Amino acid sequence: MTLPKLRLKGEALMSADLIGELIDRTVEAITTNAGELTELDQAIGDGDHGINMKRGFDAIAAQKADLQELGLWPALQKSGMTMVMKVGGASGPLYGSLFMAMAKAEGSPVERVRAGFEAVKSRGKSDVGAKTMLDVLGPVTEALEAGADLAEVREIAAAALAATKEMKATKGRASFLGERSIGHLDPGARSTQLLVKTICEILEERS
Amino acid sequence: MSQTVSIVIVSHSADVARGAAAMVREMVGEEVAVAWCGGNPEGGLGTDVARIRDAIDEVYNERGVAVLVDLGGAETNSEMAIEMMPDERQGKIEICDAPIVEGAVMAAVEAAGGGDLAGVRAAAEELSA
Repeated sequence: MTLPKLRLKGEALMSADLIGELIDRTVEAITTNAGELTELDQAIGDGDHGINMKRGFDAIAAQKADLQELGLWPALQKSGMTMVMKVGGASGPLYGSLFMAMAKAEGSPVERVRAGFEAVKSRGKSDVGAKTMLDVLGPVTEALEAGADLAEVREIAAAALAATKEMKATKGRASFLGERSIGHLDPGARSTQLLVKTICEILEERS
Repeated sequence: MSQTVSIVIVSHSADVARGAAAMVREMVGEEVAVAWCGGNPEGGLGTDVARIRDAIDEVYNERGVAVLVDLGGAETNSEMAIEMMPDERQGKIEICDAPIVEGAVMAAVEAAGGGDLAGVRAAAEELSA
């Protein structure tokens, strides 16, 4: 296991600086790509994923000072609740459940990611293969459990995202489109990949 | 008069939710408590967990509450709202897998006739069977 590279132990867990950077850069990633998320969602969903994610992450950014006073996991718990309460679309409860389950889980960061993945599956009543965020989150979880390093996790997330293009949606709004959902990246998979990429980059720089 | 199961209508659109609730009132009458909400926290299309929770609270009684939803996030956000309720209430609030307008009317008809929560839900869900 290459987990120690994550260095999410002791002081790092309590680091206001890390929490601040995670907030700043995930908000930036979502904001910069909100237009693309919306375009992807217009192709196969209801076209609100970019604006919904931005609304949620802007609300998290507005709480940055408070969140920085918490430890990493309590900050993630509070951020999850913010997503639930502020987003207004399905991505709120889905990302909210991911964050809150990770925050509540006991154990290593990898075990927390697993708990988050399971929570999204349960909340969305779905699984990998249905052209959803789970198609990125699942491979990322398995890669972490297999001991992949952060650069490998980023690559796996990118490949997993690309693979959603040829999938047929069976969950969510895109499922109404059936075959027509094939040929488009899934917007939820894209937002998950953006977050995974950003978080991996931050942790790589700090390790 | 004994209490009936209540109805909550959750749409992405406040207009749709308000209109569906108005149809229930018109077609079933006032004996069934109906609450509705629609729109995201900023007032655009979407749903708002806090307002769903408030709508359920508004009409909750011991007979139970049947929740009618439209698309994707309305269901997910309604589940989230139900999970925020006290434990003893959670089992008495159910989301119906049914078309929102017709489901709300059918559910309300069954509720007005004294049906229990399972019966009310089944009446709504018959439409999608």
